[in-house]
Amino acid sequence: MIPIQAPSARSPAFEYLSTKKDELVGWARKFSLFPYPFVTACCAMEFMSVSSTPYDTDRFGAALPRFSPRQSDLLMVVGTLTHKQAPILLKVYEQMCEPKWVMAFGACATSGGFYQNYAAVAGIDKIIPVDIYVPGCPPRPETVIDAIMMLQDRIARSQHFIVNDKF
Amino acid sequence: MSAPVFDVVQQQFATVTGEFHLSHGTLVIVLHPTALLDAVRRLRSEFGFDLLLDVTAVDWPGQALRFEVVYHFYSTTHRVRVRLKTRVREADPTVDSLVPLFGSANFMERECHDMYGIVFRGNPDQRPILLYEGFAGHPLRKDYPKQQEQPLVPYRT
Repeated sequence: MIPIQAPSARSPAFEYLSTKKDELVGWARKFSLFPYPFVTACCAMEFMSVSSTPYDTDRFGAALPRFSPRQSDLLMVVGTLTHKQAPILLKVYEQMCEPKWVMAFGACATSGGFYQNYAAVAGIDKIIPVDIYVPGCPPRPETVIDAIMMLQDRIARSQHFIVNDKF
Repeated sequence: MSAPVFDVVQQQFATVTGEFHLSHGTLVIVLHPTALLDAVRRLRSEFGFDLLLDVTAVDWPGQALRFEVVYHFYSTTHRVRVRLKTRVREADPTVDSLVPLFGSANFMERECHDMYGIVFRGNPDQRPILLYEGFAGHPLRKDYPKQQEQPLVPYRT
């Protein structure tokens, strides 16, 4: 006599997941940051350090720099911005597709740093809108990683324009 | 500290009206602008000062001869430096260009033209090299306001 097999227990894995569309898009976006390094000065050394293996920004999905502004969505302005360079920065920013975010990396990009003269722009936010400021001359890699995480939080919590009644 | 070549230079230049002295082991020659080109030619061909290191200027506000144009030369045979100085008026800050003798003078003279407004007669290309087209004034002159900016992009409000 063959025993009747008991019905198997329900799988403990998720069969469905409930979320909000904004949260879903934000979750996807925050882990696929493609940085464009707009590197003009000595902060570049610290940028190289933060993008190297020991600090591993790949954990945040922000490791692969795109050297075309059209393919990137995080503009990292690393270093001093001069007045001669300002039109170039503006053009790069305007070439980036939405959604896009801007990080001012270091004291000079944030406020001009110790430069207050004919040559330097006192902070890139005079030219383009900035989402996150990283202080330091230069910033430590931990500071940059903290800034990336804060930016991710903001992306996750923000509203996304592709979420509409058709999505 | 005086290198032998310095004595020779001083003797040979006796006909040139100039002022000679030693400063930190470097021979300094102060010349009239009209004597400049000839002196440089002689320094290069007769005394082996074959490397032009720098062209710059000093602003002395309030003095009749306001700008002092300074040249540094190096001799790769004698391994010493010599410094040439010449003074020009603010109304006519013109000196002869060294481009016919030293090609490397071009960029340095352009920078000096940017920063101090010295005019180098005979330099074929005096466009801005570090500044941009449309920049008014000369930022390293003492009367340029320290924090005056000339933005190319209008600021966001």
